[in-house]
Amino acid sequence: MSITAIIFVLLLLAAYSYFIKRQKVYALYRTQSIKKSKIKQTLPKYFGYVAALWSLVPALLVLIVIQIIDEPLVKSSLADYIQSEKIVIGDAADDFDLYMNEIKNMSIDELESADPEKIKVFNQYQKFQSISNYAMTIIVLAMAILMTAFGMKKVKINTPARVIFEKFIEIILLLAASIAVLTTVGIVLSVLFESIRFFGEIPFTDFMFGLEWSPQTAIRSDQVGSSSAFGAVPLFVGTMLISLVALFIAVPLGLMSAIFLSEYASSRFRSIAKPVLEILAGIPTVVYGFFAALTVAPFIRDLGESLGMSVASESALAAGLVMGIMIIPFVSSLSDDVLSAVPTAMREGSLGLGATQSETIVKVLIPAALPGIVGGVLLAASRAIGETMIVVMAAGLAANLTVNPLQAVTTVTVQIVTLLTGDQEFDSAKTLAAFALGLMLFVTTLILNVIALHVVRKYREEYE
Amino acid sequence: MNKVTQKVEKGLKKRYMKEKIFKACGLVSIGFAFMFLLLLLTDITIKAWPAFVQTQIELKLDLSEENLGLNAKSAQEEIKQADFRAVIRSALKKQFPDVKKRKDRKELYSLVSFGAEYQLRDLVMDNPNLIGTRSSIKLIADDDVDAVVKGTINRNDDESNRRVKNLKLSLIEGLEENNQISKQFNWTFFSSGDSREPELAGIKGAIMGSLYTILVTLLLSFPVAVAAAIYLEEFAPKNRFIDLIEININNLAAVPSIVFGLLGLAVFINFFSMPRSAPLVGGIVLSLMTLPTIIIASRSAIKAVPPSLREAALGLGASKMQTVFHHVFPAALPGILTGTIIGMAQALGETAPLLMIGMVAFIVDIPQSIGDPSTVLPIQVFLWADSPERGFLEKTSAAILVLIGFLIIMNAVAIYLRKKFEKKW
Repeated sequence: MSITAIIFVLLLLAAYSYFIKRQKVYALYRTQSIKKSKIKQTLPKYFGYVAALWSLVPALLVLIVIQIIDEPLVKSSLADYIQSEKIVIGDAADDFDLYMNEIKNMSIDELESADPEKIKVFNQYQKFQSISNYAMTIIVLAMAILMTAFGMKKVKINTPARVIFEKFIEIILLLAASIAVLTTVGIVLSVLFESIRFFGEIPFTDFMFGLEWSPQTAIRSDQVGSSSAFGAVPLFVGTMLISLVALFIAVPLGLMSAIFLSEYASSRFRSIAKPVLEILAGIPTVVYGFFAALTVAPFIRDLGESLGMSVASESALAAGLVMGIMIIPFVSSLSDDVLSAVPTAMREGSLGLGATQSETIVKVLIPAALPGIVGGVLLAASRAIGETMIVVMAAGLAANLTVNPLQAVTTVTVQIVTLLTGDQEFDSAKTLAAFALGLMLFVTTLILNVIALHVVRKYREEYE
Repeated sequence: MNKVTQKVEKGLKKRYMKEKIFKACGLVSIGFAFMFLLLLLTDITIKAWPAFVQTQIELKLDLSEENLGLNAKSAQEEIKQADFRAVIRSALKKQFPDVKKRKDRKELYSLVSFGAEYQLRDLVMDNPNLIGTRSSIKLIADDDVDAVVKGTINRNDDESNRRVKNLKLSLIEGLEENNQISKQFNWTFFSSGDSREPELAGIKGAIMGSLYTILVTLLLSFPVAVAAAIYLEEFAPKNRFIDLIEININNLAAVPSIVFGLLGLAVFINFFSMPRSAPLVGGIVLSLMTLPTIIIASRSAIKAVPPSLREAALGLGASKMQTVFHHVFPAALPGILTGTIIGMAQALGETAPLLMIGMVAFIVDIPQSIGDPSTVLPIQVFLWADSPERGFLEKTSAAILVLIGFLIIMNAVAIYLRKKFEKKW
């Protein structure tokens, strides 16, 4: 039976146990003896739920386990078969995987043209497949029926059905909440694993401190330019350069907008201006990238030329400028939160002593809110470092080691994208390098985030 | 007046000046952001405008039976095989008998789009009565013709730096004098998939891909996020593990989206060997990415439900679980939905993680299920923006407008929900 059919049967069984159990408890509740005694605390439906869980959950768990062990089992028995029949397919493990794939993807029409040995293996494979399918169906359904019967007997009138059911739901909720942890573990493992393989080929120090980045892997060993260099310093510098340009734009503008909105603007102006700033935050980054590459970058290049400077058409300035504008709303909403958390007493004290509003803001509010603002800037920096589409579309691909914002630089994220969107095999140093860069990116932003969140929380507590 | 007052008054003017400058700075900052937004939107709208209009060339086509080798009773299969290209070419040749040289002929034939023969084929297949007639039919023009007609290519430019050379220009002008060139709303853009030819490219494939991806994202992230938020707000004990979960959620919200793409590539594609370029994997990755957003929004919505509601329910004998699911959750639902829609809008505009899992492929077919290879709107924008063909510039901008249109609708719904159902307790 197919898995959907099995699950359907399981659901039917669960529905059956639910209704039967509920009906039984209903009937019991109506009998005089129970009406008089006071054990009628639990609604009948909860007994039904628990009975349904008995018939559903164990069988589902068994199904999942079988699904996981099914494929390796079939594979290994097929390997045994191949060995016993003395069919030669090459000895490396990779060859075997390839062979398995071929067998799996064989269709009926191909059978006529394939060589007889393969047909033999294919038939054997199908045999194993059907055996495993039968076994799965029988085991799961037997489990379900057994557990249904067991549940019917086990759930009695004095079972704390509601408590059991609610505990079950609570566990489900906890599992949902744990997915966040699982995701983080998944991210760390996936980038770490590949990075370790990468560092097995390229020494860690070469990667961290090397000044040259040209990730070609040669197809032939005598090819021109076959030497590849994985020194990531130019990428780090490029990323920092673009992020600095972005922060240079976003921090003053974002902070000043936040100050104006929270301290000066009328509530009507605020009610219009805030959503407009939010629109700026809601525009997809690919749109910013398009705008940066096709409108801002040529504009800056032409402007530079008219001033007699040579500006690259993929200058760091253009990408940074647009990225800066993208994170303005981010900075401004964070600073807004922070500024409004400063106690009114401090504000009023300063105003009462005769300071003007701007003096109050500059000399009282900002110093008081400084930790929070710094936290916001760090978060903005982590966002700028991790931003991908703007730089992919508007920054260069060549890794120049320069701090001149008028030249083209490349960033960590750009390289990850270019390394992984091409057609190369997964094991090449080139692809693995992308994961090493991903690890660097993850660690950097993680550190920035942890510090920022810590600073912001500390600061909030101070005024609470 | 004493000395202090005098001193204060002396500096007063300067201080007021500073105050004014400071205030002006704030206004200018906001003004700058607004101006940029306006600039961006107008720039894209202006660039996108021509994409919604399609240029067509009306040709008198000889669809006679001997010409096509068909008759009125021909089966659909036979019509599919017929040589419509020759019909179009002979009509062009007839109209411009002076064009004789091989190279010039090539220019002549490229007036109509590469896809015109398929357009004609489909037309005849839908309407077999056309066989054996001579009829005027509007065919899609090539993107160069389109650009000239719309004025994107300036006719007065010097020939050496004009994409369309003099010969072709004279042909186009010949057609224009005969009133054979017409413009109409570009349905092709909304009804077809991607193509290498700008005049045939459409965004339907990308829209369907986006739809499937968002559907998967919604189905996965909404229940999980709501469950997690309810647990953390209502049930979680204070212990190390819960602290770990909370820190993780806050951190995940700030992890660069491309890292989620790496996760998807390493775990779902390489480890679980799920299909590449499929909305299924894209949806899973995006749901992991939007999970923190929805959890944080849902938690604040649940937190905003007043304790009195819970206490009343508990006081009437409801269990904790009943209180939460019968009273707190419905009261928090508008806030949760708002957060979810905003999360979905974020997922709809996301590009980088999907690049990692191979949704950048050139895909002509319109995806039919969540397992089919497909692309999404933002990636379509990215692909077209990279294309050297000039005709794609307007298509890119138009695709951006469609994308932004979807985002505006989603956000408007979110705002409406918030306004309509938000209760001040």
